[in-house]
Amino acid sequence: MSVTVLNPGLLTTVQDAGRVGYQQFGVSVSGVMDPRAMRIANILVGNDENEAVLECTMLGPQLRFDKAEVIAITGGDLGATLDGQSVATYAAFSVREGQTLRFTGLRTGCRAYIAFAGGLDVPLVMGSRSTYMKAKIGGVAGRKLEKDDVIGFRKPAAEILNLVQRRIAPEVTARTEYAVRVVMGPQDDLFTPAGIDTFLGETYTVTNEFDRMGCRMEGPVIEHKNGGDIISDGIAFGAIQVPTAGKPIIMLADRQTTGGYTKIATVITADFRIIGQLKGGDKVRFARVSIEEAQEALLTEREALTALRTMAGSAYAKERRPVVRPGRKEAAEKKGD
Amino acid sequence: MPNVRFLLTGDTSLSAEFGNEISEEINAQIRAFTIALEKSGIPGIVELVPTYRACMIHYDPGVISYRALTKRLEGLLGQLGSIEIPPSDVLEIPVLYGGEMGPDMAFVAEHAGISEQEVVAIHTSTEYLIYMLGFTPGFTYLGGMSDKLETPRLKQPRVKIPAGSVGIAGKQTGVYPIDSPGGWQLIGRTPVKMYDPDRETPILPKAGQYIKFRAIDRAEYDEIAAQAEKGAYVCRTYPRGEAAK
Repeated sequence: MSVTVLNPGLLTTVQDAGRVGYQQFGVSVSGVMDPRAMRIANILVGNDENEAVLECTMLGPQLRFDKAEVIAITGGDLGATLDGQSVATYAAFSVREGQTLRFTGLRTGCRAYIAFAGGLDVPLVMGSRSTYMKAKIGGVAGRKLEKDDVIGFRKPAAEILNLVQRRIAPEVTARTEYAVRVVMGPQDDLFTPAGIDTFLGETYTVTNEFDRMGCRMEGPVIEHKNGGDIISDGIAFGAIQVPTAGKPIIMLADRQTTGGYTKIATVITADFRIIGQLKGGDKVRFARVSIEEAQEALLTEREALTALRTMAGSAYAKERRPVVRPGRKEAAEKKGD
Repeated sequence: MPNVRFLLTGDTSLSAEFGNEISEEINAQIRAFTIALEKSGIPGIVELVPTYRACMIHYDPGVISYRALTKRLEGLLGQLGSIEIPPSDVLEIPVLYGGEMGPDMAFVAEHAGISEQEVVAIHTSTEYLIYMLGFTPGFTYLGGMSDKLETPRLKQPRVKIPAGSVGIAGKQTGVYPIDSPGGWQLIGRTPVKMYDPDRETPILPKAGQYIKFRAIDRAEYDEIAAQAEKGAYVCRTYPRGEAAK
């Protein structure tokens, strides 16, 4: 009941929605960099939307399935193939025992997510399966995948209800320039008006220093009133930290829980799908929105995912294409739950 | 009612900022606010992260909007005076000072111009306020160390410092909860696991508590270490103001 890692790729880790509730103890949240892609992958294979997935970075892994399983791949397109045949992303499909999934090269975005029907069999640590490499906890032995790792499935499904219906158009496109929405704060008052104008008016380029902790950007200097140091406070996912040198850093999943640099603004949740897929050379312009607009966008995104879940398992699909007989349907549902 | 600013930290959290300095008074206000907030039953609160001078509040905007939440928080601040706040706990951490466990003890004593015994006496005489945790799981930012023990960091940081090491860096003192590189002057080590991801309470110290170090000998160190390994050792805690026996 497992998958064997033939080649781990550049950086492949087990991640879920993150380790919530332990930031006050200094434990980073971790979790996926592109939460929307994780949720869609899980919905497509019938999982809880926050089930643990594999996050694959730029160069994907090579995985041999030792058990039949239904999977879905979302996020950036890393060129997935199954036994040499290319497979669609943003679609659930069946993998037979003995087949090998590999990735031929990055086409769009930066990170792909593989969801496995029924979930991966790695232990919960402090309520989460997310890998937190710095503290060596979660995922597979608290580290990125290595060759010959074997990861079990909790409840694999060889088939799944309404498989053909579980497909949407890929969402990560081949763009390299993005508008990213932010709400200003918490320390926007420690920048000069000119500094705020620079931040909101200029284009910033992702440097090659981008990882799961943060994304360092190059561009015009953002002017502080009195330097970029503050008394340390908490850091949210998407916080844009600007140290005294004036270059922004977007703080991401493996960020420290606290930090002593000014944070000019925070990326809105609905745009995590963009910042989770940034890579070196991508260009970003920041656009200010109100907190009301940001929360409205977040709720709209949630509704879209709820609609997707309804569609993926809908009676509509059964009526139109009754591929599952009553007896088998029950069995399939049992496997998928 | 303290003068509190609500700062936007994105669309799923906010920061309640109580001031712009590191002081016991501000930290005590944050502790009181955090306790009151936990008791308040305000819906949609996901996680609280108290720091030196602010408390970050993570919430679900699907349950409560920013406007509605700040309104409730303002109401809570107004009632803060009438909510009973229990005294902080003191967490007692046993430490074997000097020798192989504290390779920089001689330097710290020499730098202070006192004996190693006096370093231990001063270091164990204070209740250190845990202002916050951060940096790594279980790492405490402590306040209150005597100026006499102030020692600069190592010129060349060590590549690996064992978990449990107790050190001094400038005006700060603390315990390394996990093996990590670092430049602190090491004066001792505790056999207690400050952090154990598999324990029911993974991290022992909590912001707003105090830590008091107690000097132990090698025999007691080994005994506590053996118990800690089995998960059977429980650190002594007592309400602040109640003298340690």
